[in-house]
Formats: sequence, structure tokens, C-alpha cells
Amino acid sequence: MTPLLEALDWVLTADSWTGPGGLGVRAGEHLLYSLLAVGLSALVALPAGLLIGHTGRGRGIAVVSTGVTRALPTLGVITLVALAAGIGLTAPMVAFIVLAVPSILAGAYSGVEAVDPQIVDAARAQGMSPVQVLLGVEVPLGMRLILGGVRLATLQVVATATLAAYVGAGGLGRPLFLGLRNYDYAMMLGASIVVILLAVVLDALFALGQRLLARRPGTA
Amino acid sequence: MIEFRQVSKTYPDGTAAVEDFSLTVPSHTTTVLLGSSGCGKTTLLRMVNRMVEPTAGSVRIDDVDVATVRPVALRRSIGYVMQNSGLMPHRRVVEDIATVPRLNGVPRAEARRRAMELMEVVGLDPQLARRHPGQLSGGQQQRVGVARALADDPNILLMDEPFGAVDPLVRLELQRELRRLQDDLRKTIVFVTHDIDEALALGDQIVVLRPGGRTAQVGTPRELVEAPADDFVSRFLGLGEGRRKLRAAPRPGGGQVVTDDAGRPLGVLDDADGGPSADAGE
Repeated sequence: MTPLLEALDWVLTADSWTGPGGLGVRAGEHLLYSLLAVGLSALVALPAGLLIGHTGRGRGIAVVSTGVTRALPTLGVITLVALAAGIGLTAPMVAFIVLAVPSILAGAYSGVEAVDPQIVDAARAQGMSPVQVLLGVEVPLGMRLILGGVRLATLQVVATATLAAYVGAGGLGRPLFLGLRNYDYAMMLGASIVVILLAVVLDALFALGQRLLARRPGTA
Repeated sequence: MIEFRQVSKTYPDGTAAVEDFSLTVPSHTTTVLLGSSGCGKTTLLRMVNRMVEPTAGSVRIDDVDVATVRPVALRRSIGYVMQNSGLMPHRRVVEDIATVPRLNGVPRAEARRRAMELMEVVGLDPQLARRHPGQLSGGQQQRVGVARALADDPNILLMDEPFGAVDPLVRLELQRELRRLQDDLRKTIVFVTHDIDEALALGDQIVVLRPGGRTAQVGTPRELVEAPADDFVSRFLGLGEGRRKLRAAPRPGGGQVVTDDAGRPLGVLDDADGGPSADAGE
């Protein structure tokens, strides 16, 4: 059997999914870490990005800093933070947030910036306050791009979250690294396949969300 | 009454959009700011609701300097209609019209009821209430824009080339409707246009502007046509062109036929015995 078929066989075996170190638990951890990282990033990056888009200020800094952080190797960040914070979830979580923030930030400010300035002008001229313009006009009309940033961040984090296992924090990286060390390529490949499936399913959900948004009038 | 007191607007790069402009806009009348693009007319209009802040001078509404009023509160008390309707593409027509009443704290149901009334006032089929602006014609969109501006019954209506983007026939119809509305509502309207026919059709007072927001002439439509202050105004009104140089010739059935310089008939002039006098512009 080719390694790929062996891997599929391993993934499709019920035994692989059960137990405390089984794929079920690992996939759950993986998903949890990813959503946690994206959630925490969004908490910071969404308001910041919306503010940048609304005011037009800080855009230069945002572009430069997101460019720089995107160039950082995630494994390096994990190692660096782990040296200070030790083994556990902290180091990978910091690295994932560093990974996710630029995409969410960029999506948020470009979403707001993409709204027709005439419509924003009209909203202001009717007497909407800056917050009302942002939440009532800019966010709903820029939602597709804003969501696109979160979508990209999610995809990046899910694909990278295997690195959590590098510092002993679990996730689907666990069977991947284990397989690598034990020359169990079926396990290694199998774990990768589950990561890919997870990423594809999440991405499809986002795609569906964006498509539903596109049906709403005005969100081009 | 709106007063512009020696207002100027100079941008940081040194270009002066408006220089030392003064004007009184009487209440319950329509004042048209007429000029070609770049003459600062929109800048002047937007000073009234603080969408633009003058760098010198002041704008006063009923003797209150607008600079002392919070912009958001000020804008909610003034109707504003813009060229490309500026409707919210994600909102239904009825919601959009209800915007300002809602901002001013009118309950949703009451605001909607008022919005529906206004649709009728501006001549919109109530069936369009649930549509989005993308599903309306240009003329319908402008009517929605007017309805939205009138929704909370403001005293002042600012109109920035509101009919500039619709085709000529619809434009004439909208102008007619605005005059009908104004006969009923008696708002203080400041209307910006570069279209001389529109200015003559709508203005009680017309302000002809030169570049830099300098006044070339202020007067009633009749005063402008009868006695243009200088060449600039005369040229702007097109008085030198054939279109406005009219001739009258006796008509077999009585009265006179009015033609333009090229001999094309424009209308009929009845004898001055109280019959309907044809307005050459229409």
C-alpha cells in the first residue's frame, strides 16, 4: 500500500479517533486553539482596523507593521516566547495571534475604506454620529471584506496550529510529530489530512457566509 | 434666515475655495447658488450644516453662529439632498427616509408612518417602500432623497445639484414638483446648481458666483435677465446666445409667436388681457 492509502486507512479506523490521545480529542484541541487564537486576535484587530479605516489615520503604521509581522517565522516566535513563558499553550497562542492579527486588521480597514465615500458623506450629512456611521453604514457595507480578513486568519491559524505540539500543547500536531519521530508515516500523513479537512470545512463555512452576505443589497 | 458673514475657506495647501463671501438667505424662499464647477458653491452650501468649516468668518442661522452648535445636532435639524441621492444601499427606502426622525428619537413605528406619508408627498408609489435604492430609477432615487431630507420637517433644506444626474425630462418634472412642494412647505432652501435654466426656474434669489466663491451678482431671476451686472453674468446666463435672444411675431389667431434667434418656435404670447402668458423658458 502506498503511504497515502495507509494514512487514509489510519484516519478511517475508528480506533484512531477514540481514547485520550485519539484524533477526536486532538482535532477538538486543534479547533479550540484555532478559534481561541482567532477570537483573541479579532478582539484586538477588529476594533483597531475599523478605527484605522474610519479615521484614515495610522494606516501607514498598520501596513508596515503587518508586513513585518507576516514575515516572522511562526516557529521562531514560538521558540522565543517559550524560552520566556515555558512549555504550554502560551507560546503557541502568542505566535498564532501574531499570525492572525495582520490579516484581520487588513481586512477590517480595507473593508471600511472600500465603502463609497459619497454614502459615508451622506450618512454624516444626515446627522449620524461617527459611531453610527461606522456601525450603521461602514461595517455593514464593508462586511464582506472584513469577514474575508477573519477567513484568511482562520485558515492560516488552523494550518499552523500543528506547531502547538512543538512545545507540548497538543492539537493535531501531536500525532503529526509523533508519527514523524516514530517513522509512522501513516499517522503523520493521516494527521495532516485531518488538518486539511478541518481547514477546508472552516473555509467553506466562511465562503457560505460571504455568499449569503453578497445577496444583501449594497454589499458588493 | 441664513447669513454668510465674510466667510472664507482656504485649504492647507493654500488654495482658496471661497474668499470673503457674504450673503443673506431670507427665510421661506429659495436661494440658488449658481456657478460652474470649482466656484465654491458646494463649499458654501456645506458650511451651513458644518460639513465644511470656514477658515474665516461665520455662518449664522437665525442669528446663532452654527459653529456654536454641535455638528451632529445641527445636521439633524437641516435637510440635505445630494447629487447622487446618497441613499443607503443596504437600507430599504422607508427606513432610509425615516433616518433623521429615528436619529432624533422618534419611535420606529411613528417614523415609518411619517416616512410613508412623505413618500406620498414627493409623489412616490408606496409600494416602493420595501425596495432598496438599487431597484429604483434615478428620478425615484432623487425623490427618496428629497423625502429623506424633509422627514423631520426641518426649516432649512440644502440641495446640492440634486437633479444633476437624471435625464432632462425627469429633471424638469422634479423641478416642477419641487416648486409645488415649496408652495406648500415654504422651507428656506439653498440650492446649488450649474444649470442656468434650473436656477431661473427655481430661484427666488439667484447668486451668480465667479471662481473662488466671489459674488458676481445677486438678484431675482428677472433682475438678472433684465440687467446683468457685467459680461461674466451675461455670458453665464447665455444672454448673448441665440437660445435666450427671443423674437415675437404676430400670430394669425391673435397674440404673438415667440421664437429664438434661429427662428425656432418656443411658445405663444397672448395679448396682454390677462390671458396665460407663455413662459419662454419652458
